[in-house]
Amino acid sequence: MEILLAIMTGILYAAGIYLILRRSLVKLIIGIVILGNGVNLLIFLMGGLVKGNPPLIPADGKMLEGVFADPVPQALILTAIVISFGLQSFAIVLIKRAYKVLKTDDIDTMNKTDDIK
Amino acid sequence: MKSLILKTVSTTLLPLLILFSVFVLLRGHYLPGGGFIGGLIAAIAFILHAFANGLDQTRKLIRIHPGFLIPVGLAIAILSALAPVIFTGDPAMTGLWYEKDIAILGKIGSALFFDTGVYLVVIGVCLTIIFTISESV
Amino acid sequence: MNEHLTIYPIIVHLITAVLLLFFWKKPKIQRYISILGSTVGIVIAGMLFHRVWENGILSIQLGNWEAPFGISMVADTLAVTLIVLTNIVSFALSIYSTENMVSSRIKFGYYAIFHFLIMGLSGAFLTGDLFNLYVWFEVIIISSFVLLTIGGRKIQIEGAVKYFTLNMISSIIFLTGIAMVYGATGSLNMAELSRIIPEIENKGLMQTISLIFFIGFGVKSGVFPLYFWLPASYHTPPAAVSALFAGLLTKVGIYAMLRVFTLIFPLGETNQIILMIIAGLTMFFGGIGALVQKNILRVFSYLIICHIGFMVGGLSIFTQVAIVGAVMYMFHDIIVKATLYMMGGIMFRIFGNTKMEKMGGLMDNYPKLSFLFAIPLFALVGIPPLSGFWPKISLFSASYTANEIAMLVMFIFASLITLIIIAKVWNNVFSQNPESIETKSSFKYFKDFNFAEKAAYVVPVVLLVGVTLYYSFFAEHFQLIATRIGEELMNTEHYYNAVFNINEKTKL
Repeated sequence: MEILLAIMTGILYAAGIYLILRRSLVKLIIGIVILGNGVNLLIFLMGGLVKGNPPLIPADGKMLEGVFADPVPQALILTAIVISFGLQSFAIVLIKRAYKVLKTDDIDTMNKTDDIK
Repeated sequence: MKSLILKTVSTTLLPLLILFSVFVLLRGHYLPGGGFIGGLIAAIAFILHAFANGLDQTRKLIRIHPGFLIPVGLAIAILSALAPVIFTGDPAMTGLWYEKDIAILGKIGSALFFDTGVYLVVIGVCLTIIFTISESV
Repeated sequence: MNEHLTIYPIIVHLITAVLLLFFWKKPKIQRYISILGSTVGIVIAGMLFHRVWENGILSIQLGNWEAPFGISMVADTLAVTLIVLTNIVSFALSIYSTENMVSSRIKFGYYAIFHFLIMGLSGAFLTGDLFNLYVWFEVIIISSFVLLTIGGRKIQIEGAVKYFTLNMISSIIFLTGIAMVYGATGSLNMAELSRIIPEIENKGLMQTISLIFFIGFGVKSGVFPLYFWLPASYHTPPAAVSALFAGLLTKVGIYAMLRVFTLIFPLGETNQIILMIIAGLTMFFGGIGALVQKNILRVFSYLIICHIGFMVGGLSIFTQVAIVGAVMYMFHDIIVKATLYMMGGIMFRIFGNTKMEKMGGLMDNYPKLSFLFAIPLFALVGIPPLSGFWPKISLFSASYTANEIAMLVMFIFASLITLIIIAKVWNNVFSQNPESIETKSSFKYFKDFNFAEKAAYVVPVVLLVGVTLYYSFFAEHFQLIATRIGEELMNTEHYYNAVFNINEKTKL
C-alpha cells in the first residue's frame, strides 16, 4: 500500500509540474491543483499507514495503547485542503479576469511587465 | 437552466440541507463533522437553490449580503478564542466547558462557539465566491 | 498573565480587520479605524518588546496543550524587534494610504486585507511551529494576492499571474519539506526539532530537506535564480501596497531562513557554500538588473533583490558577528525599502509617470522634498553615518575574519553598484531637467493637492526617515539588540528552554 501511494504521489507531482510548464493559463491552474493534491498525499503517507485503530483513549484508560493511527497528518491535510480551496478559488477568478483583460491565455505573450521601458 | 424537477426539489431540499448542516455542526466535537463541513453543506444548499431558481431569487431569500457573515463569524470565533484569557487567565483557545449537559446539544463549551463562527465564515466565503463568479459570467 | 502578551500583536490586527469588515462600505471611517488599529499595534509591540528585553524569551502554548503537542508561540528578541518594525511601517502606511488609495479601492476591502496581512506577518514572526509557519505564510500570500489585484488594471493582473504562480509553487515546496520533516522526525515543534534533528543518522536526507526549505523560502525572499516574479509584479500596484511588499514580504522569507537555518538545520559546510554562491549571484544579478532599468520603481525592485544578497550572505558565513550583521541589515532594509516605494508614489504624483527619462528637476522645484528623499537614498548606499553603514561594517569584518574573501568582494561590489545606481537615479530625477514635460489633463498632480493631502503623502515618509535617522545616530542601540539576537540564534538552548518552560537561572 505504501509503495502504491508513493508511486501515486510521484505521478501527481510529475503531472502537476508537466502542466505548470505548459503555456496555457488554465493548464497552469490545473497543474497547481494537482501538485497541491500530491503534497497532501505525501503528508498522509509520511504519517504512516495503520489499519483500523483510531487514536482514541478508552474511557477507563489514561494512554493510547498498541498501534494507532497518527491524527496529526489528518489535521495538517485538512488545513492544507482548506487553504488550497481558498487559493484555488482566487486563482480561478484571477485567470478569468486575466483572460478578459489581456484577451489571451498564452503565458508566452504575457511579457508586458518585464519590458525595460 | 429551468428544470421544473430541480426547482421543486431544491425548495424542499433547502431547509432539509440547512437542518442537516446544523446537525453536522453540533455533532462535530466527538464525531465526524464540525463547522467547516457544516458550513459547506449549508453553502451547497443555497448554491443548489441558485442553480434551480436563478441568482436573484436566492439573493432575495438570503436578504443580507453573504459577505456580511464573514465579519460576524470571525467576531464570534475571536471572542470564543479569547474567552479563556478574559475569564480564567488560561492561554487563548483553551477549551472552557459548561459542567452540566444540555438537552439535545450535549456539553457546551467555547469550542462550539468557535465552530459556529467558522460555520458562518465558511457560508459567507463560499457564497461570496460563487456569487461573484456567476455574476461576472 | 505575562505570556498572553505574546499573541496580542496578532489579535490587535485581527480585531482591527474584523471591525473594518463591518464598515465595508464606509471608506472614511475605515481610514480612522486603520490608523487607530496601527497605533494600538505599535503600543502593544512596544510593550512586548520591553517585556522580552527585560525578562528574556516569552512563550505561550495555545489551547494550553503542552509544548510538543500544541502550537507554541514564541517571542524571542528577533521576532519582537521585527514586530515593532512591522508595526511602525504599518502605521506609516495606514496614514499614507488615506490619500494614495482611492475610495473605490477601499470599498473593495483594502484596509481589512492590509490588516490581515500585518496579522499574518506578526503570526509568522511569532510562531514556534513549522506547520503553523506555513499557515501564516498562506495568510500572507492570500492577502498579498488581493492587495496586488485590487483595482484590476491590466498591468496589475499580468503581474499578479506571475506573482501568484511562483508563490503558490514555493508554498507547495515548503509544504513538501514539512511533510518530509514530519515523516523523518514525527514532530513539527521547532524547539523539539532542534533537539531531534542532530541525532538523526541519515545526514543526507536532512541535507536534502534543508535545501527544499531553502528553495521554498528562497522564492519568497527573491534570491538569485528564483526572483523573477519580484520585478515583474512589485511596480504594478499602488505605491502603498508596493511599499508594504518591499518593506516586509521579502523579509519574511529571510526571517524564515534565519530561523530554520539556525534553529532546526544549523548550516553545514555544504549548505554554507551553496548559500554563499547564491548570495553572491543574487547581489550580482540584482545590481546588474537595476543598472539597466529605466522605470524607477523597477530600479527599486532590483535593488531589493540586490540587498537580499547581503542578508543571505550574512547568514551563510554563519558566525555570530555575521548573523548580527545580517539581522541589522534586515532592520535597516525594512524601513528604507518601504520609504523608497512611498517616495516612488510621491514622484509619480509629481511627474505623472515613473519613467526616469521623463523625470527631472526635483531639486529645483521641491528642494525640501529632495532633501528628505536624499536621506533614505544615501542610507541605502551606506554613506556614514547613515543607517546602511553600520550593518555593512559588521558584514565586512565578519567575512574578513571568517576568511571568506570572495564574499567580502561581493559585498563591496554590491555596495559600489548600489552607489552607481543611486547616483544615476539622483542624476536623472533630482538634478537634470527633462527635455519635455507632458501634462495630462485628467491627472491630479502633487502641486494641485491641498495641504491635508500633501501631508498624508509626506508625513509617513518623514516618520520613516526619522526612524532611519534614529538608526543612523543611535546605531549602538540596534547593535545591542542585534548582538543579543545573534547570541539567541546561535545558542538554541535559550529558545528550547523558553518553549519547554525550563527556568533559566542565568539571564542574558
